[in-house]
Amino acid sequence: MKEAFFRWLDGDMDVFSRFQEGQEGHDLPRQAWRQIRQDAEAGAVERMGGVIRVEQKAFQLGYRIAAVGCCLALMAVFLFMTANITRYGEENPRASEVAQRYIESGLEETGAVNIVAGMILDYRAFDTLGESHVLFTALICVMILLRIDSKNTRTAYEDYYRTLQEPYFPTDRDPILREVGTVLVPCILLYGIYVLLNGQISPGGGFSGGAVLGAGLVIAASAFGDGTVDRFLTRKRFQAASFCALSFYSFAKGYVFFTGANHLENHIPKGIPGAILSGGLILPLDIAVGLVVACTMFGFYSLFRRGTIGGGN
Amino acid sequence: MDFIRNFPLFTIVLSLFSGVLCMTLGGRKAKNYTVCYECVLIGLCAAVLWYTVQNGAFTYVMGEFPAPWGNEIRAGVLEALLALVFLLVLLCAVLGGWRFLRLDVEESKINLYFTLVNLLTAALMALAWTNDIFTGYVFLEILTLSSCGILIVREIGRTTLAAVRYMILNLMGSGLFLLGVVLLYSLTGHLLMVPMRGAIAEIMAEGNYALIAFSTGVLTIGLGMKSGLFPFHFWMPDTYGTATPSSAAILAALVSKAYIFLLFKIYWRVLGWEVYEALPIRNLLFLLGILGMIFGSVSAIRANNINRMVAFSSAAQIGYIYMGLGLPGGCAAAMFQIIVHAVTKSLLFLATPRLAEVSGDSLLFENLQGSGLRAREAGIFFTVGSFSMVGIPVFAGFAAKLSFAVAAAQTARPAIIFATMVALGISSTLNAIYFIRTVIRVYTAGRGGADISAPRIYAVEHNDAAALLPVSMPAVRRITYLAPCLLLTAANVFLGLFSWIVMDLIQRGLGMFA
Repeated sequence: MKEAFFRWLDGDMDVFSRFQEGQEGHDLPRQAWRQIRQDAEAGAVERMGGVIRVEQKAFQLGYRIAAVGCCLALMAVFLFMTANITRYGEENPRASEVAQRYIESGLEETGAVNIVAGMILDYRAFDTLGESHVLFTALICVMILLRIDSKNTRTAYEDYYRTLQEPYFPTDRDPILREVGTVLVPCILLYGIYVLLNGQISPGGGFSGGAVLGAGLVIAASAFGDGTVDRFLTRKRFQAASFCALSFYSFAKGYVFFTGANHLENHIPKGIPGAILSGGLILPLDIAVGLVVACTMFGFYSLFRRGTIGGGN
Repeated sequence: MDFIRNFPLFTIVLSLFSGVLCMTLGGRKAKNYTVCYECVLIGLCAAVLWYTVQNGAFTYVMGEFPAPWGNEIRAGVLEALLALVFLLVLLCAVLGGWRFLRLDVEESKINLYFTLVNLLTAALMALAWTNDIFTGYVFLEILTLSSCGILIVREIGRTTLAAVRYMILNLMGSGLFLLGVVLLYSLTGHLLMVPMRGAIAEIMAEGNYALIAFSTGVLTIGLGMKSGLFPFHFWMPDTYGTATPSSAAILAALVSKAYIFLLFKIYWRVLGWEVYEALPIRNLLFLLGILGMIFGSVSAIRANNINRMVAFSSAAQIGYIYMGLGLPGGCAAAMFQIIVHAVTKSLLFLATPRLAEVSGDSLLFENLQGSGLRAREAGIFFTVGSFSMVGIPVFAGFAAKLSFAVAAAQTARPAIIFATMVALGISSTLNAIYFIRTVIRVYTAGRGGADISAPRIYAVEHNDAAALLPVSMPAVRRITYLAPCLLLTAANVFLGLFSWIVMDLIQRGLGMFA
């Protein structure tokens, strides 16, 4: 006992070694790791005379029952809650204060006929500032994961296709897609711009207009080949568009927050409600949001399809 | 209005802009820029802390529309203190992990890493200052995505696996949180915290107790999942254990704390502390906190890899925070534990990779034998962090555990006092078992006592001659590694010796938190 203690103190022996987790192959290839695990399981099953298998089955069963139980409990909670909150179309007496103000004085205070645009880009512009950065964050994450570099192109298969400089499935040779694209793409882009620019006077705005624009770019890229879009949306321009849109948004809104909180005049004309140049900052902000959304959508497509935006790394 | 009142807004907008800017810079420039502007942010937050200590809390209207219609942020002593600690730890983590970051991350993607770090900073700032529950949700999304990004940036198989699991759980948590927010919104008709509290008081007065309890419960489960409350702690070892050291330090020390602070803010400002004390959620948090303290430590004992051990100990330390939230009068201790854990865990996660570096890049205990003698400074940092986690006097962890014990003793309810004391005792013993064992291991010669060069053993066994090469740091990199670690060590000792200064600030902050 004493000897064992001193051995432990010297670090020669570990009392807890028998409780330790199995050697995990943190850096092994997946196949080798799977083999090790299978061997270990087979050995354990043999040693324990099948006890482990029974235990595993019991665990699986218990796990499934618990999962179903949790789901049912959550469903019960949500059903109870939906039965007790205000129904759709009914007026919640407690919840009317804020909504009423938006409806009654939204036009006058924000200069936007579209109350929704007034709400998201004026009353609660800070949330929308965050929301457009959520999209940007997602784009950066996908870029980290999918943009081709030496770490994620190690397979010979991918190297082979990269050297060919050929997309995996060259859709631009598909005549049906190309002809339909020729008709559709200008209309879609035009419609996107229309939705984008009319956000303050009719349903639409940055998020929806940007999504339409992005879809137009995606169709253009798949119908006429990635090179066609690369020619005007190079990597530099892509970065510049995202950078300008987001930093304009941050600083424009930062300025409005600053003047608003300090009770200063912000010198941004509201315009005549209903005209295209109305709603103060809403139109420029819509354009900025639209650019970000279009860039993000096309960026996702391009990264998933070929691991780069605008060609090159 | 004093100009300092604008500073919270500046911290958020500046971080968002810096994130976007770093995308266009090169890797090294992005890092230098990030370090500089983090220093500016630290200055801004310190100014806000000073201002709020002098003049009390203030609200700041985001735009021209006041409270129930527009967004609003609010700064008090507690928010400023936490923001300051978050920024200091973030700066230390980024600087101290830089040498490992360059090895782990693809050269062309280092600027993207700093983009995400800056967006994460923006989210931390916004969560610290926000006074609006939906703003909380939006920036929580930024925090979720950017934390997955800084995890996955290492691009090795295990990290990708960990990131996918982390993301699924986190999105599930976000979803539940959003449902909770939606339910509360449709009940109260408000999104700003203070008007919400008025409406909730009315609903409680009408006797609709279950509605509030259920929606808060959903929200709590969501944030509990994201921060690693006991039954949801199993993502921690893979996430913290496989990330690049900077990311591990940021994720363990800051991200989970921001979620907990948001939850605390919701309890305090949206429900009101009286309503919260009346709900059963508090007892549940107390219980789950204690279970987390014990089971996290038991898992840590079973770990065979130093990073997994430190990660499991995070599960235990998060348990302390939740126990504090569940303890009547324990929220000051919980806030103190948030600071202590942020400072200590980042130090540990910066020390372990250096120990592994001199042990043939292996994190397994058997190869770490004697590594504290090969990398002396990292050994000292690890020892300080371990002593703090165990709760040895002079170090920060002791002060935190003491404040929990004092908070429990003041409740005058025998059952709670007994449960807290027993849990603290068991948990400290378990902490001592695995941390002190590791410290002994790191400082002793293994396998017969003659040879302390574990790399040699490793090299022979794995037939890897590279592990035999001495690993030393060039002087410049040595300073960028040592300075942040020394700062964190100093912070640890400071919190241990002068805990009353910080506790006093926290008490003041709680006094003006409403």
